[in-house]
Order: sequence, then structure tokens, then C-alpha cells
Amino acid sequence: MNPSMVITEAPGLFTADGLTGLIFLVMMAVTLTGGIIACCAERLIRAIAGLIVCFIGVAALYYFLNSPFVAMMQMLIYVGAICITIAFAIMLAAPEESRKKGPAGPLSGPLGFISAGLVTFGLIAMAMRTTFTSYPKINNGTVEEIGIAFLTSHSMVFELISIVLLIAIIGALVIAHTGRSK
Amino acid sequence: MSLTLLNVIVAVVIAIAFAAVNAAYLVWAERRGAARIQRRPGPNINGPFGLLQPPADGIKLMTKQLMIPGGADKILFMVAPVLAMVPAIMSFVTIPFSEGIVARNMDIGVLMIFAFASMGAMAILFAGWGSRNKYAVMASVRAVSQSVSYEIPMLITAITVIMVNGSMDLKAISLNQAGGFWHWNIFPSLQSPLMPISFIIFFICSLAETNRAPFDLGEAESELVAGFHTEYGSMGFGLFFMGEYANIVIGACLTTILFLGGWGCPFGLFPGVWWFLLKIYLLIATFIWIRWTFPRTTIYGLLNLSWKILIPISLFNLLLTAGLLKVF
Repeated sequence: MNPSMVITEAPGLFTADGLTGLIFLVMMAVTLTGGIIACCAERLIRAIAGLIVCFIGVAALYYFLNSPFVAMMQMLIYVGAICITIAFAIMLAAPEESRKKGPAGPLSGPLGFISAGLVTFGLIAMAMRTTFTSYPKINNGTVEEIGIAFLTSHSMVFELISIVLLIAIIGALVIAHTGRSK
Repeated sequence: MSLTLLNVIVAVVIAIAFAAVNAAYLVWAERRGAARIQRRPGPNINGPFGLLQPPADGIKLMTKQLMIPGGADKILFMVAPVLAMVPAIMSFVTIPFSEGIVARNMDIGVLMIFAFASMGAMAILFAGWGSRNKYAVMASVRAVSQSVSYEIPMLITAITVIMVNGSMDLKAISLNQAGGFWHWNIFPSLQSPLMPISFIIFFICSLAETNRAPFDLGEAESELVAGFHTEYGSMGFGLFFMGEYANIVIGACLTTILFLGGWGCPFGLFPGVWWFLLKIYLLIATFIWIRWTFPRTTIYGLLNLSWKILIPISLFNLLLTAGLLKVF
């Protein structure tokens, strides 16, 4: 696609652009549906299922945006590791029906709707006022290119991630250690 | 564009057919193999050598009524068997059976297979939770802790192989080992002298990841009735079975590509899909042989094996390989 092209009218459904748009909309729908299920489910385990659907939608978006590596990492880490860990914790902690209990927080009800509406309105207003310019593809998003970028131009990010992971490991060890001595 | 799309659709259809045929006939092979090891005949009535047994089983499973137990979480209960099958089918898309026979070669093939394989644990979790049965819940907790802990040494070992080959592309890894068995990754080289140990770790992990005996704690029938699929009948059960056998085939394919030279011939003659199939079926025969030879381990023995033995060894191997790659 021409990078400076601006789409003025909606393309037909059976053109390349139209089908691309349709696929994009389907992915958005999957992500949003997952998110809504995750927020509204009464059972925690269903909320996890919604979160997984949401993550898969996001992974599909990454793939759609020419980053297969990031998409696969999203699947591997978020779906394969984080969601399973959360589900595991729920199963160990609450083996019986774990429905919502207790009084609702101060943000539920009208206040919640108002704040959500404000955020949505703000985001829409911001999106409408921005003029989007499309850039040409930077690279193919292959492992090699990402690796080179990580170790040359973006090495700071790489180091920071290592420090975060190191802190997480030390924290886990500290928690496990105090748990053992009790 | 449209040709690529058609390519992918045809490939997915072929992958489903391949997985289904394999699942059906691996069940037959498993039962015959088990019978041979236990000195009994096994299924031998329907057709020659009992070869018509799998279609009969399939028809039986498909005609049975799908029962959902009262109090079960209906949606999760229905979704779980499908979730067991879909990642297995998706992984077939990127496996190169030979130089020309690959549906969609990706430069991150290894990563893609691991990404989809990690979803398999989710199916077991949902099945166990959705059936609202205490045996199923216990079995799924066990099976998930098992597959999470064995994923780590498997990934580390895979990273070692990827580092030696300098690529995540399954096709490139296979082509790297072309030209005779002494080029295969399973044999020690200057850069990675511990390759045979990597192979053993990878093989043990693929046994554990597919929930096969001696690591089938998830369906320990002497303790947990039938494990996470206790409440499943008819095709729900059938899908779990197909998913399990499809995962076994994928494990064998991955082992073949990463360590045994993919479709290359051991003597450099006529490389092609036949060598690939021969290698994966030999590996699967080993899977069956191991299942019916070794008794089941305990859950502690299983987790200790992963965390205290396999992970340290594979981490050491990774460090050693990284160091030697710098030197040589």
C-alpha cells in the first residue's frame, strides 16, 4: 500500500482492503468480547476464559500488524503461562463455586459509568483530532531483526527487562524462603 | 494472495485428516502393542489384524449421546475438548514433512509450535473444572502442574538446539542436518558436546507434555477414575483422545526435526518424506513401548525429576553451549 495514501471512502467488501478491514474488525470483536467476558463473568474461571479469548485476539492483531514473533510470544507468555498460573491459583484457592460476594466497591453504579464514559469520550476525542500518517514498514519483525535491535539500538530496554525479571525471581525466592521457615 | 489462502485452507484440511487418521490408527497400534507386551491378542476380530476396529470405535463414539452432568459448567465443558484438538491441528500447519511438503513455513516455527502446545494445558484445566467432579479437578491440577514444569526444560533444550543451528525455522534446522547421520543434532559436536543428553531431556519432556505413562498422573485410573475426562462420553471423549494422539505425533515430528535430521536419510540417499514418516513412527513406537513397560511414577517423583534434575542440567547445557559457540 502507498504509505501516504489516505482512505477517504469505505472500500468494497470484496476488495483486498475491504477484506483486510473485515479481518481487523473480527479481531477487534474477539478482543472486546473477551474483555467484556473477563469483566462481567460471575465465576472467576469464566473470567479467565474471557481473558484468554482477549489475549488471543490481541495476538491475532500483532500477527495482522506484521509482528509474528510478538504474536507468538503473546500466546506463549500470556495465554500459556500467565493465564494458566492465574487459573491454577484460583483452583487451589477456591475449589467450590467462587461467585462474586461482598458489597460492591465505590466505583460501581453511576460513578463507574460516568468515569468509563469520560475515559471513552476522551479517547474518541483524541483519536478524532489526531491526523494519522502511515509509515512504511520498518522491518519484517523477524527474530533476527528484533534480536539485533534489542542488542544494539534498544539495549537499554533489554537491560531493564532483565532487571525486572531478576527482581521478580529474588522476590519469589524471598517469599518462598519465609514460607518455608514458618 | 488467493493462492496462499487456498494453500493454507487445503493444508489445514490435510492436517485434520492426517491427525484423525493417525489418532484412529495409533489407538489400534497402541492396543496391539500393549497386547503384545502383555502376551494377549488385542483387537483382532474386525477385519484383518483388527484393522477395522478404529472405524467401528469411531462410529460408536459418534452415535452415542452427549451427556452433560448436572451442575457442570456447560460452556467450559463443551469448549474443553475442542480446545484440546485445535492447538494440535494448528501446529501441523508449520511442520515441514519434506522440503516441498509444508503448509506455511514460518521463520518462527519452533516458537509457534510451543505457543500452541502451551494452550493444551488450558483444555485440561477447563475440562477438569467444567465437569464439577472432584476426581477431574484433582487430575487437572496435577496435569497442569506437570505440563507447566516440563515445558521449562523442553523450551531450554529447544533453545540450545536453536542456538547451535542459528535459526527457529524448522525447515532450516532440517536442512542444516542434511547429508548423513553424522550431521544430525543428536550427536555431540564441538559446539555442543552434551547433545545426546539434550535429546534425552527433550524426549522425556515430550512424554510428560503429552501426559503419557510413566507420567500420566492426569489420568491415573487407579486413583482418579479416569482423570480429567471422567465425565466425558461420546465424541467429547473422542476429541480428547484425538488431541492426545495428535500431540504425540507433533512431539515425534519436533524431536525428528530438532535432533534426527528431519527428512534427511541417515546415509545421504533419497531424502524425502518417507524418511520423515519412518522416523516419526519409530519414535511413536518407542512412546508406546515405554508406556506399556514402565509403571506410573508418583506426582512428587515427577515434579522432582523436572525441577531438581532436568532443569538444572538443561540450564547448564545452555550455558555450556553458549560459551562454546563463542569459542568455536
